Amino acid sequence: MTISFGNPDRPNSYIGKTVPRPNAPRLVQGRGKYVDDIVLPRMAHVVFVRSPHAHAKIGAIDTAEAAAVKGVLRIFTGADIAEVCTPWVAVLAHLKGLKSPPQHALAVDRACWVGDPVVAVVATSRAAAEEAAALVEVDYAPLPAVTDMMSALDADTPVLHPDMGDNLAFRRLHEEGDVEAAFASAHKVVEARFKTARHTGVTLEPRSILVDWNPAEGQMTAWHATQAPHMMQTVFAKHLDLPEGRVRVICDDVGGSYGIKVHVYPDEVATAAIAKIMARPIKFVADRLESFTTDIHARDHEIGARIAVDETGKILAMDIDDWTAIGAYSVYPRTSAIEGNQVVNLCGGPYDFAHYRAQTSVVFQNKTPTCQYRAVGHPIAVAVTEGLVDMAAAELGMDPVEIRRRNMYADDAYPVTSPAKMRFEGLSHHASMDKLMALMDYEGLRAEQAELRKKGIHRGIGIASFIELTNPSPFMYGIGGARISAQDGCTVRMDPDGSIVALSGVTEQGQGTEAMLAQIVAEGVGVAPGRVRVITGDTQVTPYGGGTWASRGAGIGGEAALQSALALKGSILEVAGAMLQAPADALDIRDGQVVDTATGEARMPLEELGRIVYFRGDTLPKGLPRELVQTRHFITSDYPFAFTNGVQASYLEVDTGTGEVKLLKHWCVEDCGRIINPQLVDEQIRGGIVQGLGGALFEEIHYDEDGQLLNGSMADYLVPMAAEMPDMVIGHVETPTMESTLGAKGAGEAGTAGAPAAVMNAINDALRPLGAQVTAMPFTPERILRAMGQIED
Amino acid sequence: MTEAFRDRIDIALTVNGEAVEGRVPAGRHLIDFLRLDLGLTGSHASCEHGVCGACTIHVDGQAVRGCLMLAAQADGAEVWTLEGLTETGVIRDLQDAFVERNALQCGYCTPGMLASIKELLDMGGVPDRATIREHLSGNYCRCTGYEAIIDAVESVAKARAGEAAA
Repeated sequence: MTISFGNPDRPNSYIGKTVPRPNAPRLVQGRGKYVDDIVLPRMAHVVFVRSPHAHAKIGAIDTAEAAAVKGVLRIFTGADIAEVCTPWVAVLAHLKGLKSPPQHALAVDRACWVGDPVVAVVATSRAAAEEAAALVEVDYAPLPAVTDMMSALDADTPVLHPDMGDNLAFRRLHEEGDVEAAFASAHKVVEARFKTARHTGVTLEPRSILVDWNPAEGQMTAWHATQAPHMMQTVFAKHLDLPEGRVRVICDDVGGSYGIKVHVYPDEVATAAIAKIMARPIKFVADRLESFTTDIHARDHEIGARIAVDETGKILAMDIDDWTAIGAYSVYPRTSAIEGNQVVNLCGGPYDFAHYRAQTSVVFQNKTPTCQYRAVGHPIAVAVTEGLVDMAAAELGMDPVEIRRRNMYADDAYPVTSPAKMRFEGLSHHASMDKLMALMDYEGLRAEQAELRKKGIHRGIGIASFIELTNPSPFMYGIGGARISAQDGCTVRMDPDGSIVALSGVTEQGQGTEAMLAQIVAEGVGVAPGRVRVITGDTQVTPYGGGTWASRGAGIGGEAALQSALALKGSILEVAGAMLQAPADALDIRDGQVVDTATGEARMPLEELGRIVYFRGDTLPKGLPRELVQTRHFITSDYPFAFTNGVQASYLEVDTGTGEVKLLKHWCVEDCGRIINPQLVDEQIRGGIVQGLGGALFEEIHYDEDGQLLNGSMADYLVPMAAEMPDMVIGHVETPTMESTLGAKGAGEAGTAGAPAAVMNAINDALRPLGAQVTAMPFTPERILRAMGQIED
Repeated sequence: MTEAFRDRIDIALTVNGEAVEGRVPAGRHLIDFLRLDLGLTGSHASCEHGVCGACTIHVDGQAVRGCLMLAAQADGAEVWTLEGLTETGVIRDLQDAFVERNALQCGYCTPGMLASIKELLDMGGVPDRATIREHLSGNYCRCTGYEAIIDAVESVAKARAGEAAA
């Protein structure tokens, strides 16, 4: 069965429409169910004693005073937890050479960053557990801390994990063509050094988990704020020695994820281990300082980069030397080498050029581990690429839009393989750029900028083209040995009243998964979206799937939903054909009614068909299939990833006296293939842009040279607030992927991918007449004033 | 925690129009009293140091941070949380606008956001977008990028002003 997406008047045309989210009314009425809202009988609370040192040997642990606090039930050391919980090693076979030492749920012998969990205190209330945790005495012997990225591999730098031999976790060099020759013969070579700061996600709901172990049933149940319930099921089973089928992970409402909640955290696994030991429900909810010291960090890259161009602005070569420091461990099970690897894969992404060299060096440090956070690697690769392209344009005296038009892959060039060996099925860089130019009135804005500059007002326009990796196949994790599902499944059934239930392995993190699935299923079956109830986030109930990451929900989970819905429609029509004495292919389902396809005449409501199938099956022909439940799974197979593309623009004003940047407006035109729900896509992009703007202007985790985290509060780690953010204009080009009937690619990370580069280029566009340039994010007033030479100490 | 903090205090207040009595530890924050003792989980704790606004509720007609106020300080107060504001219907138009405009994603900031917006809308008139943005800058949202929220508030303010004029 196919759907004529081109015809907006087709029956049941819900795909492509803005349909409200079924879960939104609950959330605006205070009826959400987040982990911390759940209270179970005999529930106890765990609080962790964490290392105050970046690196220290753990000596004697004295818990006597803590144990005397009223309400305290048990206190666990790393050795206690290690008896029931095996350590993990976060490597992937396809990331050759990646190494990381075994990591325990609670540190044993040695703590490796400020925040590393060392002791767990369990009490009847969180207040009692916190009080007792403050009384636990740990005898630490501080060890030298590795805290500087660029000297991590120097001979006189201590080796963080002696068993690993050195501080290099991973290195990958990719070379294509003859880079040295291209640079040697180039008309112009531009070189720059870029820096992206250490970020963290700052989910408003802190990491939260509630685990119950019922030995009488042999069943573990975890209510978990996660993006990957099935992955967590596997992890708990494996490390706590339980059969996978006896672990159930439930994910109700989650208060912000952005990649933060897709990883395995030692304190969460320790919580599950404690539940197993104590055979009662144990709740852990991180406080805000714990969020800053133990939620994964990300970015933290330094990149030396150069670009070679000819007289016409054609890009000849790019050469990238990326460094990143991942903290003390590679994070399980996705590993911490992915972001550096992505920088290698994505630099130069939009452009048709031949000679490319990129290396990433991933080093250990005594800081919070880094791992995948929204748009993994993209903001770095896009900033480096687009920064270099703008600098080359300036060197040539060429307009930044023109140099991009001369280098972007032609819209009819696909399929193509990039110099980084990424395969693009179909992108629309030129159509997207054309649309952006029209949306923003580029020429008009340039004229306004020039006019204002005469008055001493320094405005800048920044453009950033980008590609985004979505719909990952097993090439992302599975081939490396991780039990992380790239396929996803959906079960769709019709109940006796004609209502439809859809069970999906992708999860709802607030992005609108349940609305997207409801409208796909509604169209696939032929009912109104309100007749579809979507259930996600329960490993005991939904088909096995990967959850939410790498912008896969709509493209992978959506296609599984469409195929299962179409299969259910086929089953329903087979029964209807028998009941109505009509060939099944002469019938259709529209708005909950079986109708004649040709005339649209109503023949039978679905509730009547349901009544017959479920209660009067005796009246149907013997042997007639009557399975009103269908399951389909989907996995991509032609391409490792479905790349999307887009282009963003920032318009801003730099106050040359204070160094402050005022964002005036932001545009994004992007191509996520088939759009299922325009409003949800636009809001994903807006939200993503603002996270990118945070990285560009505000967000930076600070450590001192001893590895002490200096800004572990929301007052000190700045994130975007409403007053500082601009209105954003979003436009689309649609190039559906041919891998699926639905044709959807991902949309959740495009905003974050391109926004920092657009802002950087806009600031530099404003500063260029003043001879200043910034390349180290975030672009704080101080950094801008330093670039202008107004601060020199 | 010292002995002084272990002392318990008797309080009597109204929450969402209902009389409530409690015996609370002196150190109990109002947000924890509402969530843990009264089961009003519609209010959320997030930063727990008064920055993010997720726990914003109404106390004696003012939007306040539930994490910066002790339950003991609410003795005799009139407290409204999202549950009560929903039941009375006073922000029904705002809630509908949030759903229609998708002015929420994960929903964790939403209860506090709605409480802060109610305070702004109760002042009357149609605030411009910059004023709305300024008023909401004590409420963090990491999902939406804020624009949809500003749109929703603006539309409700205009609708209410239109009704008032009619």
